Amino acid sequence: MKVFLAISLYIVLAPVIGGILSGLDRIFSARLQGRVGPPVFQPFYDVAKLLSKETVVVRRSQGLYILYYLIFVMFAGGLFFAGRNLLIVVFALTLADVFLVLGAHKASSSYSFIGAQRELIQIMSYEPALLFTAIGMYLVTGSFYVSEMASFGRPIIVYLPAMFLAFIYVQAIKFRKSPFDLSTSHHAHQELVKGVTTEFSGKTLAMIEIAHWYETVLVLGIVYLFFGFNAWLAAAVALCEFFAIVMIDNVIARARLEFTFFSSWIVALIFGMGNIIVLSGLSKMGLI
Amino acid sequence: MYLLGFLLVFPAIVAFALLVLKDDAVRSHIVKAAAVLISLATIAFLVDNFHDEFRFYNLGIKSIDTGMFVVEVLLAAYIFYLSLKFKRRMVTLLVVVQTAAMIMLRVTYGNSIVVANDFFVDKLSIVMALIVGILGSAIGLYSIGYMRDYHKAHSDVRDRRGFFFFIIFVFLSAMFGLVLSNNLLWIFFFWEITTLSSFFLIGYSRTEEATWNAFCALEYNLWGGIAFILAIYYSYSFFRIAELDRLMLMGGMGGLIPVALICFAGITKSAQYPFSKWLLGAMVAPTPVSALLHSSTMVKAGVYIILRFAMVLDNLAIGYVVAAIGGLTFLIGSAIAVSQHDAKKVLAYSTIANLGLIVLCGGIGTYEAMWAAILLIVFHAVTKCLLFLCVGVVDSEMHTRDIEDMTSLITRMPRVSVMMQIGMAGMFLAPFGMLISKWAVIKALVDSNPILLLFVVFGGSATVFYWVKWMGKMIMVVEPERDVEIGVGGEMWIPLYTLTVLTVLFVGFLPLLSKFLIVPYIIEIYDRTITMSHGNIFIMLVMMGLILAFPLAVINYGKGARIVSPYICGANAEGGVAFTGAFGRKREMEMKDYYIDRYFGEALLSRVGFDASFVLILAMFVLAVL
Repeated sequence: MKVFLAISLYIVLAPVIGGILSGLDRIFSARLQGRVGPPVFQPFYDVAKLLSKETVVVRRSQGLYILYYLIFVMFAGGLFFAGRNLLIVVFALTLADVFLVLGAHKASSSYSFIGAQRELIQIMSYEPALLFTAIGMYLVTGSFYVSEMASFGRPIIVYLPAMFLAFIYVQAIKFRKSPFDLSTSHHAHQELVKGVTTEFSGKTLAMIEIAHWYETVLVLGIVYLFFGFNAWLAAAVALCEFFAIVMIDNVIARARLEFTFFSSWIVALIFGMGNIIVLSGLSKMGLI
Repeated sequence: MYLLGFLLVFPAIVAFALLVLKDDAVRSHIVKAAAVLISLATIAFLVDNFHDEFRFYNLGIKSIDTGMFVVEVLLAAYIFYLSLKFKRRMVTLLVVVQTAAMIMLRVTYGNSIVVANDFFVDKLSIVMALIVGILGSAIGLYSIGYMRDYHKAHSDVRDRRGFFFFIIFVFLSAMFGLVLSNNLLWIFFFWEITTLSSFFLIGYSRTEEATWNAFCALEYNLWGGIAFILAIYYSYSFFRIAELDRLMLMGGMGGLIPVALICFAGITKSAQYPFSKWLLGAMVAPTPVSALLHSSTMVKAGVYIILRFAMVLDNLAIGYVVAAIGGLTFLIGSAIAVSQHDAKKVLAYSTIANLGLIVLCGGIGTYEAMWAAILLIVFHAVTKCLLFLCVGVVDSEMHTRDIEDMTSLITRMPRVSVMMQIGMAGMFLAPFGMLISKWAVIKALVDSNPILLLFVVFGGSATVFYWVKWMGKMIMVVEPERDVEIGVGGEMWIPLYTLTVLTVLFVGFLPLLSKFLIVPYIIEIYDRTITMSHGNIFIMLVMMGLILAFPLAVINYGKGARIVSPYICGANAEGGVAFTGAFGRKREMEMKDYYIDRYFGEALLSRVGFDASFVLILAMFVLAVL
């Protein structure tokens, strides 16, 4: 029953929260750039406008892939907030992203094609860190279940400090922010037209936007887990961290593909795997 | 007992029949009948044996040993002659060494070797037998149509189809023998038969390239064969053990040298680094050969034998070294697959990589790892077989194996490309079997040796890349093209449909498979087991349901949408096919996948893999001796 409630709350509230965060993101960025910025609810107005537009496609079924992207992001997030196995959440999220990539391929257009290939390299870049995070949490809490991680009495961050850094590093990829916004980004600074989302418009583009909101909430949820021992602290950290990424987005230029890929893997290896090795070693020696 | 005998003897009889009959139509009928009979026999074998924990059978016919010895020597002599004829010195040397070892063994112990039980049937044997029987039959069926097209397309290759099918069925016989035998000498005999089958089939077309690669495969596998013979020699002379089950039970108590030697043999046969080259070269063989020997069955024999000793390797340093060899192979194999254009090479590297995962599990040897390993064997065998057969059809009809030529395959070969997508999804995507197996591997590693996780995690990420970019290429449609699927024969469709359905259904059947075939085996050995929670099974089924709804939804989705050309900055010249480029010239739109040869190139990474694994192999033997 609680599970059902959690999933329903997520399905209903996550786009709202995600949209508001997106709006705050735009205002924050605008102020950093010396502009006033749009109203907070602008993302909702945008999505509403998109939903009212005519469907224009290159291939008839391209939108179906995006619908599945949205469905599986919701599925992954729902699993997460229902407290289920974090590894399955990660796998479902990867599945969702694969549908996005396939949809962009289906659009059979050169810009979406390059965007899709770059998105694949991005997936390849962030996946190790994401998996290591789940594994690290298992080593600390003894369970892969989010419910146990969230209710774990002690601060997970103390056991996984380096892992937290590795996870934050790849978050910019997930949030599509500089320096890792190679396949598509929110703002007007995209050199490949719109990358992955080039051929999508109207209702389909609205779906991508909404899926992004769901994903944002899910990723912030994982950040929350690191500080789960204190709900307010965790929420505060998640929010601060989100805005830190927005600020970095405004300050740093886009990285090259090689840098994105190699640095993500090296960070995942040294900080993620390193943390796991140290933790594992310490626990074998009985120190933890 | 009779079913077992049937499985062993019937394919051999069929083989000889196919060798002597010249007529193609008669051969087709025999192959079809044999395929059906073998599949049914295998299923009957499952039903017959699955109640008991394990069964032993004993033939007690001494002359079989002698017969095997005679055949071995004759075959060795033939190979000796061939290696001299083609000037393959290394092969000559290895054959001589191996034959000498065999003869010494027979001479020293000869008739005094009394084996308590010749055959041993437990759940793992049943699983392997099912794979051999069902996939072997499917591929046999497929080969009828494939080889017909092959000889039409390659008129320069002499038609030796009788010999081809002869070897295929002899191979099936040998595989059954290998997974059902307990007598180590018999396992060795069947092992060598599979090596030779591989040799003859790779060299089928008799081109220079094929011959070279056939000898390469033979050479690498002979190293394994020598190790095997040495293992038997050691185990019999020191412990008077010539049975697999007794060697397994003895475990590490008598020293790990036989185990290390047999693991070495398994490593060569399953093309782990540093012995991967032969499997890549084997891709010149006709596709049924690649599917049967070099992905689904023969190479599985290599990992099967390592898995037999998994619980011996549990928690030992040498086990971790074997696991590291597997893990390294997984990582390097997956990385190299990113840079490959040739579809069969991508599949080959993927095979090597996934075998590496299984070896990784074998080296870890915990009950969790075993569960993951057997799941991997089953899912990989089925899915990879499907992929190879599909690529074979594409090759047959379109005469290309280059991924770049498979753009828009969805319009040219709709059914085949959908099957390929299911196969590819089956290799790495949730909720298909391989993903569940990978999940189990992660769990097993986290509980035993987390350092090895780096292989699985990084390798797994590379996996997503090379499969999805291939999938994307196939669904892209720049301009609709003619459907060429009509030329595909009926015999080829049956295996393709069957395997596709199996790939999908297996996810649903996974709990049943686990409960009835895998878990009992694990309990037999470890006295404990893992179970998938009902909640997770439900989640997987929901995901599968959603994914299955996809092809149904495609039919109706997007009706009424306005169709436009893709965006080419307004310079569209011919819809989305071409654009107006510099100097007003019309240029064709070309979209090629990333292959990133600079970082994922074969030369560089193979070198790394070879060197690192060489060190690991040395470490393995050093640890065994200490």
